[in-house]
Amino acid sequence: MSFFDYFRSKKNSTASVAKERLQIIVAHERGQRDQPDYLPQLQQELLQVIRKYVQINDDQVQVEVDRNDRCSVLELNVTLPEK
Amino acid sequence: MARIIVVTSGKGGVGKTTTSASISTGLAKRGHKTVVIDFDVGLRNLDLIMNCERRVVYDFVNVIQGEATLNQALIKDKRVDTLYILPASQTREKEALTREGVEKVINELSETFDYIVCDSPAGIEHGAQMALYYADEAVVVTNPEVSSVRDSDRILGILQSKSRRAEMGQDPVKEHLLLTRYNADRVERGEMLSVQDVEEILAIPLLGVIPESQVVLNASNQGLPVILEEQSDAGQAYDDAVARLLGEEREHRFMTAQKKGFFSRMFKGG
Repeated sequence: MSFFDYFRSKKNSTASVAKERLQIIVAHERGQRDQPDYLPQLQQELLQVIRKYVQINDDQVQVEVDRNDRCSVLELNVTLPEK
Repeated sequence: MARIIVVTSGKGGVGKTTTSASISTGLAKRGHKTVVIDFDVGLRNLDLIMNCERRVVYDFVNVIQGEATLNQALIKDKRVDTLYILPASQTREKEALTREGVEKVINELSETFDYIVCDSPAGIEHGAQMALYYADEAVVVTNPEVSSVRDSDRILGILQSKSRRAEMGQDPVKEHLLLTRYNADRVERGEMLSVQDVEEILAIPLLGVIPESQVVLNASNQGLPVILEEQSDAGQAYDDAVARLLGEEREHRFMTAQKKGFFSRMFKGG
């Protein structure tokens, strides 16, 4: 630590940047880990069906499975383009 | 019935073999009959850390393939009476470890040993999966550094889905976090993730914190498990970890920086 570092705030420390980045990537990867294997294909096929009617990009359809104790919910989010 | 403990991490170079050597030595020192198995087929290294590299005749794969008996392959440690080493093969492919073969060896060891410590290879592929498959407990070795923490989380996912306990729907593998190469000074300066940060991200119970120490390299240079350096911080930290693994309550040490005077902080740096 140099003389001037001593007065510098700890808020922007590289450790806190590391923690924040890790929290985001780990949460994302855990989300994917619990998903059933068929999900990517399901997402592709849903895209194809929707594209018969509306033009959308790949990232405008999001498919997720939420598991509770008693049931699983398939959540489908489609962002439609503005007219 | 032996307790099977895997030492794993995902990432390489974080201290799996160092940890396997010290934990198995620590367990044996407390009188438990312990065997440590090197699962890193092709890149044998545990023998070197345990100082028995010149005594290897037969290895793990020889036993699996019926070319040697377990008794021929096991190497008795020269320092601790109740400790044995089963070295990895250097010449075979990782695929030489089959689930049935590993099971056969582990079952046979279970009859006479109290603890079986499995030193996993790096990665999340076949060798690592074989090492963790039969585990009852897992010591996840992690450095306070982004890629290591992320890889540890990946290996936790595999423990929770691809271990025998997971596949059979039994109680899950008991997970322990072992944070190694910890530098409390750098943590204090905001340059390194803290114990609390890593615990928060991985959300598994802390087994111990091993401080970054020159003793570790000095010990491995000589083929001495660092836990036998009883005067050193790293050696004592490993001893604490082994005690906790056996259910003893011990306060965590070596987690705070050495207090420095105002002037040395201002002018000496680091």
